[in-house]
Amino acid sequence: MEAPLTVTLPDLAATGALAARVAPLLRPGDALLLEGPLGAGKSAFARALLRALAGDPALEVPSPSFTLVQSYDLPGGLEAHHFDLYRLDGPADLEELGWEEARRGLVLVEWPERLGSRRPADALMLRMAYGAGEEERVATLSGWPDRLKDLDA
Amino acid sequence: MKCGSAVLGLESSCDETAAAVLGADGTILAEAVLSQEAEHSPYGGVVPEIAARAHLDYLPRLVAQVMERAGLGYADLAGVAATSGPGLIGGLIVGSTLGKGIALAHGLPFVAVNHLEAHALTATLPGIVAQDARGQPMPPVRFPYLLLLLSGGHCQCVAVEGVGRYRRLGTTLDDAVGEAFDKAAKLLGLPWPGGPALERLARQGDPARIPLPRPLLGRPGCDFSWSGLKTAVAHAVARCPGGVPSAQDRADIAAGFQAAVAAVLADRARHAIAMLPDATALVVAGGVAANGAVRGALAAAAEARGLPLVAPPVRLCTDNAVMVAWAGIERLRLGLTDALGHAPRPRWPLEELAA
Repeated sequence: MEAPLTVTLPDLAATGALAARVAPLLRPGDALLLEGPLGAGKSAFARALLRALAGDPALEVPSPSFTLVQSYDLPGGLEAHHFDLYRLDGPADLEELGWEEARRGLVLVEWPERLGSRRPADALMLRMAYGAGEEERVATLSGWPDRLKDLDA
Repeated sequence: MKCGSAVLGLESSCDETAAAVLGADGTILAEAVLSQEAEHSPYGGVVPEIAARAHLDYLPRLVAQVMERAGLGYADLAGVAATSGPGLIGGLIVGSTLGKGIALAHGLPFVAVNHLEAHALTATLPGIVAQDARGQPMPPVRFPYLLLLLSGGHCQCVAVEGVGRYRRLGTTLDDAVGEAFDKAAKLLGLPWPGGPALERLARQGDPARIPLPRPLLGRPGCDFSWSGLKTAVAHAVARCPGGVPSAQDRADIAAGFQAAVAAVLADRARHAIAMLPDATALVVAGGVAANGAVRGALAAAAEARGLPLVAPPVRLCTDNAVMVAWAGIERLRLGLTDALGHAPRPRWPLEELAA
């Protein structure tokens, strides 16, 4: 039984700092599942993460809510795919979004509940929750005991 | 009607299936739009698989219908134009493939239309009368003009300098404005589509009682950011006793949200006007352009700078095929056609278009 790692994020800058620490742990074929209610900061985390991976703090990272997936060619040949599955009916619709192909790169998935049986067993889970103040968030990471050890240090 | 001069337009990039036939001068000979709203509402949004299947079901029938209503055969066409991006890939494939098939079968040129360009050029469409914010008829606008594209998937400000000549002046840093409406509506427990329901609710509310942030207001440029406003709505709902807003709370939050959006859009529009001093008009398109408070605020911002606000009729502001056929006509006039091998593009920024 692995213990999840909980990080209190006082503001958006702290979310960005956490994303920058997670970024070096990611490799092609990885899946990062982002959970939490509307407005909790899932997209904000994904945006900060993609910017850290791109080495470009001004990288345009539009919300994938309308297009359902936004893809990025990152330095070092890494392809990342940012999914928002909120509007998806079920896992069968994933095919149309190119899910299998996307899995060869890095996938960031908002509303992973919709993945059903396609939910990767070896994913990193990040749950965003509202904290004490309006700005504060609490991030809970789980699923990668080996790699998260490095994060904790 | 001169033979061989009409253009058939097809639209299937999101949740509307549409076909239209326009004469070479822009006269609308026939148009049909089928909204998939009813099929989508149980899911709270556009479901892509349903969208692609429904486009496949309906589009061929709509094409037959508009051709019949226009009283034309395929020999009367000068070309076929189909939205080929940006949008949901399933729908784009259905529409562009049908368009190419018709073009191939009848020896017609094919035009792969950029959906954003189609919105951008709607204001130049003669034959339909654009109206200003008070519903007064207006002549078609001249280049250059400013376009604010405000929809569920797009939120950008574009300098339209000619056919194929577009400069993006600003865009959203996070959510599209229509998406912000939909998500705020969802937080307020309203049914999809959220925009019209939120506007109705806002009429009973006091916009001043629950203050909400106005992201980027007063900042240079004309970028947009709506994510923080959405989160503020979530907080406002959570702060209500027991986390359950009363009917009045919901109306007040809706009104406050709408007022914040309108104020930010007006501020961004003022900046955009300053960035394109020779603009002849401020044109607004996209579903959010149907919102009365937004139109009013933009009209005031434009008028203060001596510009008319041009808002095409709502049916031509939201997704439709008239605009696609018109963009096709404009491109055909310049001799711009596309190969049948043209691949639909889910992402297709306006600036990558060249006339």
